[in-house]
Amino acid sequence: MNEKRKQPECASWHRMLRRRWLASSASSLGGFGLTSIAEALARAGESPREDAAGHRSKKARSIIVLWLQGGPSQLETFDPHPGTKIGGDVRAISSSIPKVVIAETLPLISERLHLTTLIRSIVSKEGDHERATYQLKTGWRPDPTIVHPSIGAILCHQTHDNLEIPRHVSILSGQWPARGGYLGGQYDAFQVGDPSSRLPNLRSPTNAERTSARIDGLRDIVEREFARGRLENLDLLKTQHETATAKALKMMNSDQVSAFDVSKESASMQKSFGDSPFGRGCLSAVRLIERGVRCVEVELSGWDSHVNNHEIQSARCAHLDSALSALLDELQRRELLDTTLVVCGGEFGRTPNINAAAGRDHWQHGFSILLAGGPLRRGYVHGATSSSPTEDSSKRLDDVSNPVIVQDLHATLLDSLSIDYSQEQITPIRRPLAFCQGSVVRELLS
Amino acid sequence: MFERIRKGRWPKRFLLAGCAAIAGLFFRSKLAPEPRLSLVETKAPSPRPSAEYELISDTVDRQLQLRIDAQGLATAPPADWRQVCRRLSLALVGNSLSLEELRSIEKVAPEERIEGWTNYLLADTRWSHYFAERFSRAIVGTNQGPFLLFRRRKFQLWLADEFYRGVPYDQIVRKMLTATGLWTEHPEVNFMTSTIENDNGGRVDPILLAGRTSRAFLGMRLDCLQCHDDLLGNIDLGSKDEPRGGRQIDFQQLAAYFGGSRVSGKNALAGLRDDHRLYRVQLLGDVQETTLSPKVPFLGSIVIPNVAPREQLATWITHPENKAFARATVNRVWAILFGLPLMDPVDDIPIDGPFPPALETLSEAFAESGYQLSSLVRMIVATQAFRRDSRLLEQPLTAEHEASWAVFPLTQLRPDQVAGSLHQACRLERIDDRSSIFAQLERFVSLNDFIKEYGDRGEDEFISQNVTVPQRLLVMNGKFLRERIDENPVINASSQIALLATSDHQAIEATYLSTLNRLPTASEFDAFEATLKGKKNAARSKAIGDLFWILLNSTEFLWNH
Repeated sequence: MNEKRKQPECASWHRMLRRRWLASSASSLGGFGLTSIAEALARAGESPREDAAGHRSKKARSIIVLWLQGGPSQLETFDPHPGTKIGGDVRAISSSIPKVVIAETLPLISERLHLTTLIRSIVSKEGDHERATYQLKTGWRPDPTIVHPSIGAILCHQTHDNLEIPRHVSILSGQWPARGGYLGGQYDAFQVGDPSSRLPNLRSPTNAERTSARIDGLRDIVEREFARGRLENLDLLKTQHETATAKALKMMNSDQVSAFDVSKESASMQKSFGDSPFGRGCLSAVRLIERGVRCVEVELSGWDSHVNNHEIQSARCAHLDSALSALLDELQRRELLDTTLVVCGGEFGRTPNINAAAGRDHWQHGFSILLAGGPLRRGYVHGATSSSPTEDSSKRLDDVSNPVIVQDLHATLLDSLSIDYSQEQITPIRRPLAFCQGSVVRELLS
Repeated sequence: MFERIRKGRWPKRFLLAGCAAIAGLFFRSKLAPEPRLSLVETKAPSPRPSAEYELISDTVDRQLQLRIDAQGLATAPPADWRQVCRRLSLALVGNSLSLEELRSIEKVAPEERIEGWTNYLLADTRWSHYFAERFSRAIVGTNQGPFLLFRRRKFQLWLADEFYRGVPYDQIVRKMLTATGLWTEHPEVNFMTSTIENDNGGRVDPILLAGRTSRAFLGMRLDCLQCHDDLLGNIDLGSKDEPRGGRQIDFQQLAAYFGGSRVSGKNALAGLRDDHRLYRVQLLGDVQETTLSPKVPFLGSIVIPNVAPREQLATWITHPENKAFARATVNRVWAILFGLPLMDPVDDIPIDGPFPPALETLSEAFAESGYQLSSLVRMIVATQAFRRDSRLLEQPLTAEHEASWAVFPLTQLRPDQVAGSLHQACRLERIDDRSSIFAQLERFVSLNDFIKEYGDRGEDEFISQNVTVPQRLLVMNGKFLRERIDENPVINASSQIALLATSDHQAIEATYLSTLNRLPTASEFDAFEATLKGKKNAARSKAIGDLFWILLNSTEFLWNH
């Protein structure tokens, strides 16, 4: 596995010409042109195809994860129970799926629910933010002996692209961005902030001439001296330092970086996503996916409503509603929805009971996740939760119909991305491990 | 004039000139300073004569050499003392040496430098704090843990204090395993409370604690038995004469030692207490839960009966006949010093071997030392293996050379070592608890920010990882390094060297020593003297800043070797 990652194809900075630095824009334009063609050719092979019977095979090639950190309340979003003991102050509104209602906090999404698969019956055993985030992002419960890769890391590991920008991106990442885990740090998500800001660390602090001189000194004098008496092919077989430096330089000069820049879009387009970091993150996600990026995670935090649940959830939903609905619209308009999975959810839901501080606490025994794109069904709601849940903690599963465990959700997503999730990898602790131990939930697929 | 001041033209010049003058007064002697540090005065009391350490290290080296010879490998010659001191600093305080420290060591007789530097660092509070941080990763994990019930900082400070006072490691572990009371008053309690889940009635997590106990204190991954018996033949228990595979019940009975401990909601102010609740678990294949009594997974003959469960476990783990405890500690300390454990993974050592060369010898010596971590460090540092060069100039170097310790292995610096070393390299004087409050605060805040962006390795600290593109971008272009090599004669080493070095030769030498902790080669002198030649004032300062950038972005700086 590691050997595969160390192919000599990796760009070496020895091939990075000094002239490229001094005329970076021209050179990067040239590189962009070639890369665009190569990318387009590569992606053409992954577009939905028709089989002999005319059925479209809609395996996805990429994924967008809208990560709602803190635990969004299913009752104030996708699974309201208005007028019941647990319903709280929220009202329900009809949606574009007949007879299906969602919370009034999401009016724009309600009009696009027919594009999605809504799971209302996710169950897990993790009620702590950090552990539950780990489980939802990796499909595994935390294990002290190993760090599992997130779904985006697995996707990048299993595919090959010729991009000059990272293939796994986390926008507005908080404490626990998606990680490469045992697959290696090179599969960690590239973390960026609000797309209205400049990308971090991409601009050299010195002018082109000084930068070029620095690179020359590093490569020709110091690295050459260090390589004496060490492993042959030190960089290739061990350090990957020069390879990573070359990739960093390439990215610094790449026009593909503009995919992060939402100001390239029209004002009306930007407005439709909402004037917020999360809205801009979602627009940036569309641009990145269009550019060939495999996985984009956009985080909207602040859902941990132990007090004043209704106000907190409503405020968060205002950001989510415009951004997610515009994201679905744009993916569809750019013909990317067939090849892009969209996952929207958090680490757990919130308790049916409202506490003394008008808040809801953590609840992992039946919460909602919204899915869309690729081979997932459109206009389908899976599972349900009870309006009058039992207080017997040993019977909580009785209150959830068609429960979906987290590892099955991951198996379904990985399968939708054409990944053989049962294949075993030899981990650094020499333990063979499948990407996922779950099973595909067939009802979720079209 | 006021217009110029308003526009910020003159003031900058005045400021720089003023700073330069002040810096000149303050730092005139920095490039070849009189040592502020005295290796003799601060030498830590060595609990045993160095000859004894050498006896052990000779034995270790002989054992390692047998394997090296069997493989027909050549060994590297001794490394330059500066490189060995760099390894020591990285391992014991988490950063490379300052120019000030190197100049101080130069004053010591060559044959005493490494031992003197070891003793110096082991008397430094930086050592105990750094080791506490490294050890606590295995002991309490790297997760945030439960809100209010877990105080990581308090726990680490307590552990650092125990290390600094030379409390034997077996005693420290016993304190953690038997701790009761409030986690704020008795920081060792945090070992237990770090596992309490919010909705579990204040009860500690026996599974998590059994896993951590087995890995951190026994060097065994018994938590692989949490759900089922050992199916892969990876875990042998029983005795040497009667070996048997690990079973689920072995792990669950270990977990049962922690089953009766909780922070009661009604008596939360009393902290952690034992209520001796029975431990119940549903074993694989059973339809009902079983009540399990605490039982150790091997070497039951040394268990002390009729004592409280956690006390029984603590005395069993640290019993002199339970060699797993010493082996686990030796393997971890070796890994901190070399970047790689003697036996990989660091916490997966078979109970009855086979063991790699040196592990048993060091484990026995560690136990004989009274489980003194500082003694263990001294034993390992005294070995030829630790003092070897990481290169082989006369013949090709292969992965086997590193695997058999015929050369010092090349390992990537941990994120905290990268941050600490970058920061120290850009300051001529060492930064420690005797530095100004401003310097300490700056270090603390900026390093935390850098590590957050660079990415922490969590508990996987000895697993080899490739450097990533974002990490390279951060060091190449990030604010952290930019601020430290820009012109600032008050605090930045590059500006001070530009100001004070009387020749380009001296400037290059000081820059290499400050960053890579070595002297430049002749070809490096030639190359960089050419780039500095004829440059004056700001141009010279920029050129030296560029040289800092080059060296701090090199593989050599970012790897241990």
